[in-house]
Amino acid sequence: MADRKVPARPLSPHLQIYRWPITMTMSILHRVTGGALYVGTMLLAWWLLAAAAGAKAFGLMQWFIGSPPGLLILFGYTWALMHHMLGGVRHFIWDLGHGLGPGDRDRLAQANLIGSVVLTLALWILGYWALGGTN
Amino acid sequence: MSTGMKTPLGRVRGLGSAKSGTGDFWRQRVTGVALVPLTITFVLVVIYLAKASQATAIATLSRPLVAILMFLFIIAGIVHMRIGMQVIIEDYVHDEKWKIAAVMANTFFSLLVGACCTYALLKLNFGI
Repeated sequence: MADRKVPARPLSPHLQIYRWPITMTMSILHRVTGGALYVGTMLLAWWLLAAAAGAKAFGLMQWFIGSPPGLLILFGYTWALMHHMLGGVRHFIWDLGHGLGPGDRDRLAQANLIGSVVLTLALWILGYWALGGTN
Repeated sequence: MSTGMKTPLGRVRGLGSAKSGTGDFWRQRVTGVALVPLTITFVLVVIYLAKASQATAIATLSRPLVAILMFLFIIAGIVHMRIGMQVIIEDYVHDEKWKIAAVMANTFFSLLVGACCTYALLKLNFGI
């Protein structure tokens, strides 16, 4: 028994064998945006604490958010929020047992990606329009 | 397989040594559902206050409906993000000591953010 050879068994193919499907990208993006939003909650805490602290603290927060790096962070945060929110809706659709077929899941993934970009741009256009252009 | 004297029902009662089962899974979905409308509200409030003075920010954030929805957004948000980050930690941190430390730090961070936001909301609503 002890010296019996173990037959060479085929290994299951690993990741690089497969054509990279969009659902894999979206899975990673859902996790990455979730992680980014996690860190980004510090901005929310700062914003609320600054508002509660006084005009000077709030002014500093507003100045940072209005600066180029601040705007970039806010834009990224908006996209992450929209992408993660739509990704969540996609997961709810799956949880209810729909959209798991080969065509459906790809279309859902594409809708998630396009939807997040469209919503982000729409929100920024709304903000730009509502606040009357640049400073 | 030895099952002793236990009946099939007895073996699954109490969910074994873990003592809990799908609580976090379900909580993640409940907070997720709640966060869809709450996130939309939050984003609109942020846009409305994007260039506001502190006085306007306080006036808006102390409107009852805005304050209550912001509070719910924060609570649902920190519960949701704590569970999500714990899943990430459990996926990537395999060393037991580091995993426990990271999961604990995750809870502390989530509660700290939640406490900061709640404190600020309470102060600008009821404080001086």
